[in-house]
Amino acid sequence: MTDQTKTGAAAVSEPVPASADHKAFLDVRDLRVHFPTDDGLVKSVDGLSFQLEKGQTLGIVGESGSGKSVTSLAILGLHRLGARGKNVQMSGEIWLDGKELVGADPDEVRRLRGREMAMIFQDPLSAMHPYYTVGNQIVEAYRVHHDVPKKTARKRAVELLDRVGIPEPNKRVDSYPHEFSGGMRQRAMIAMALVNNPELLIADEPTTALDVTVQAQILDLIRDLQKEFGSAVIIITHDLGVVAEIADDILVMYGGRCVERGPVDRIFYEPQHPYTWGLLGSMPRIDREQTDRLIPVKGSPPSLINVPSGCAFNPRCPYADVPKGNITRTERPELREVGSRHFTACHMAQEDRTRIWNEEIVPKL
Amino acid sequence: MISYIIRRAIAAVVLLLVVTAVTFGIFFVLPKLAGQTPDQLAAQYIGKSPSPEDIAAVKANLGLDKPVYEQYWQFIKGIVAGATYNTGPTTVQCDMPCFGYSFKQHIEVWPQLVDRLPVTISLAAGAAVLWLVSGVITGVISALKPGSIFDRSAMGVALAGVSLPMFFTGQLALLLFSYQLEIFGRTYVPFTENPSQWANTLFLPWCSLALLYSAIYARLTRSGMLETMNEDFIRTARAKGLGERKVVVKHGLRAALTPIVTVFGMDIGLLLGGAVITESVFSLPGIGQYAVQAITDNDLPPILGVTLLAAFFVVLCNLVVDVLYATVDPRVRLS
Repeated sequence: MTDQTKTGAAAVSEPVPASADHKAFLDVRDLRVHFPTDDGLVKSVDGLSFQLEKGQTLGIVGESGSGKSVTSLAILGLHRLGARGKNVQMSGEIWLDGKELVGADPDEVRRLRGREMAMIFQDPLSAMHPYYTVGNQIVEAYRVHHDVPKKTARKRAVELLDRVGIPEPNKRVDSYPHEFSGGMRQRAMIAMALVNNPELLIADEPTTALDVTVQAQILDLIRDLQKEFGSAVIIITHDLGVVAEIADDILVMYGGRCVERGPVDRIFYEPQHPYTWGLLGSMPRIDREQTDRLIPVKGSPPSLINVPSGCAFNPRCPYADVPKGNITRTERPELREVGSRHFTACHMAQEDRTRIWNEEIVPKL
Repeated sequence: MISYIIRRAIAAVVLLLVVTAVTFGIFFVLPKLAGQTPDQLAAQYIGKSPSPEDIAAVKANLGLDKPVYEQYWQFIKGIVAGATYNTGPTTVQCDMPCFGYSFKQHIEVWPQLVDRLPVTISLAAGAAVLWLVSGVITGVISALKPGSIFDRSAMGVALAGVSLPMFFTGQLALLLFSYQLEIFGRTYVPFTENPSQWANTLFLPWCSLALLYSAIYARLTRSGMLETMNEDFIRTARAKGLGERKVVVKHGLRAALTPIVTVFGMDIGLLLGGAVITESVFSLPGIGQYAVQAITDNDLPPILGVTLLAAFFVVLCNLVVDVLYATVDPRVRLS
């Protein structure tokens, strides 16, 4: 908790070098995760940096294949396990509460997993083991890190099921995942993730598999629990609507890199990157005329094997032809500060961006 | 659960009745349709150069001159209530369950089956333990490192194991380890008499049979594990901070086990009905060898008896598998 008061609300601070000494609670620096395949090197995450303090929520937004899930798996060290994980190439630094995880001993990372950092997965039905009761799975998660008798762990499981809003937790603790409804399963999944009071909670598309009515309940639950436990939360989603209310900061990913990040208000009201504009335009809004059509981002996500040199978004960018001075197309845009704690990676001049946003984008939204 | 088992048991009895009817039909109706007279049929039950009195006696005993449904009823009644056979000089009381009487060997079928069953069970059980353990372990290790040297060589051996017939591997093993090196004996001794010699004699048949089956189980386990280890719940288990061994065994193998249980039940059921080739190769006095002898002698009652017994084991094992299924996979509802 002291960390939080020290840095205040600064969840996103400057890129790497400036804060080399002070490390945020979660401090990711120049993270690269590459997967060698028969077709070539897949650069799923290619130079990602961000900071997150306790009590703060960061929303990571992007299309499928933008590297958001790989980022979360990399933080937990999960992508390196299993048959496929043996030849993953990973570099950069991940600091969690002062401990570096990329170069750490895998067993050390395993001990942190589930205790200091936990994860909520997208589809709770496939993410829970079909042959064990919900209680059994929560008890297991607790006993990995706590040397307690089964009875104590079971009490803890019932307590958490009750906390996440499952009726009759005493009975439901002995149910199997398939006997739960989708929303209940996600609640149970959250209970499982929270059983060890983790300080970092990563939710990977926690509401994608759920009914719209249940989605709001689950998001409320995550928000309430965060207040109660004071943990740092990362919510990964492709839906800006999900993070609009819950996140303090938003990081927009494209092609394995961050294209824009900043406080949630800035991202929604003064976004600077054409891709963020695209995401906003493709989001249904209650205050918009129903006859208006959503505006999709044209084209498809870039192949991560042959990432275009220069700006990865260039082939799909409607403003690729806007003159950018003497910058060549093969030059890669770096993150530049465009406002308070607000960064974007776009070659366009600030005046051009402001003009396009105000004159072309806002009227259409 | 209980009512499910009762219903399944009733279905099993009906199935067995059908199997008996079909078997009975093959042995008693088809020859008739093919134009054999009851006299010719009866002659088959007696040794060479049958006398007219013998033929008459057999005909009367088996009811060969009576309608087929009556013969079938006699046979079924014999299983439930026993039967009496007049063998000419003496009358034989065949107690229930009477599976028929071999007129060639002048002996009842059921006691023969009972005598030989322990041999077949010993063979099947020992081999089953071996192939289950070796096959599943090999499959799991292969699946954890697909494409590794271990995986490739294990799958190569597995392919060879499936391809090489028992009468090749069995004979080779016998020749090498029993005749040449004289490590293993060749005379079957019941477990109750001398456990160490029992194991000594059965070791080669166990291994030969296990080689054949473990190959199948290794491949089955490997493909099952490759699939389950990519499941989301495996990622969840790892995300909890579980050690990799626990992830593999408690979460991965547990989920991959279901199809293995199914196949295992079928295989055991089939083997208990007589491992014909294995028992012949290693001269084990089991059900399979008894069946081969009966077929060679054209002795119908033992064949009928073995067929029924084999069918019984297959049906029983299937029932056990179905019940086990519900305990292995809680999503399966027995209803």
